[in-house]
Amino acid sequence: MSSRRSRSRQSGASRITDDQIIDLVSKLQQLIPELRGRRPDKVSASKVLQETCNYIRSLHREVDGLSDRLSQLLASTDTDSDQAAIIRSLLM
Amino acid sequence: MDSQHLNPSSLKSRFTARFLRALIKINAQKPISSSSPREIFQRYRRIKVAADKSMAYSVRSRRTWSRATLWKLRSRSRRRLASSGRRSSIKTRTTTTTTTTTTSTNHRAAIVEKTSHEKENKEDHVGLAVQAEELRELVPGGESMDLCNLLDETAHYIKCLTTQVQVMKKIANLYSLE
Repeated sequence: MSSRRSRSRQSGASRITDDQIIDLVSKLQQLIPELRGRRPDKVSASKVLQETCNYIRSLHREVDGLSDRLSQLLASTDTDSDQAAIIRSLLM
Repeated sequence: MDSQHLNPSSLKSRFTARFLRALIKINAQKPISSSSPREIFQRYRRIKVAADKSMAYSVRSRRTWSRATLWKLRSRSRRRLASSGRRSSIKTRTTTTTTTTTTSTNHRAAIVEKTSHEKENKEDHVGLAVQAEELRELVPGGESMDLCNLLDETAHYIKCLTTQVQVMKKIANLYSLE
């Protein structure tokens, strides 16, 4: 293990360190609802990546579903800029 | 209903404004027979593209994934302008490519999990590199990133996606109250 690390330090200035990866993975872990509460050392990096993929896919599906819903809603309403202004003020 | 006062230059505000403008434009193009299934499907596609586009524009070129999305959208519209006929429907990477890769990468992931367990859960870069393949296909521009950048871009991408979903949900709820 230590030999691997020293080997990577020798081969060039821009080596990705293990610590960098660990930091980034734990940062990702905090963004995923499934894994957020759990301690970073209890969750393996590969599990984090797996759950990240699942989460991104579910977000894509949500965007799809919402686009679908919006297309149906737009069909039935007559939106004009007044409505959009109201919505904008409500959202902001 | 959260009564947060949004910073007008925040990502959320920029996305909301852009997306609403796009929705108005899409709605203005409504023909008389606006409720045919074909019309609705076309509108669904336009809305989805508008949502992704609005988010990518709100992030601009500050991120590799947003640059990749914008590039993809621009080259797609250029292709569409160039060809007179209609090209085949937009293949969403999420729905088509991931179904085929899921089975193979799950198998690979199972092997990776087993070997990493043997190493007492200490991940080395090789193990993660295999796992990251799946992620590369989900994050725009992921194919050309090194592992560090991929993880960093993924975190930002997820933040933006959740904002996008949040705003779209709010808009849909407001419209359905009308």
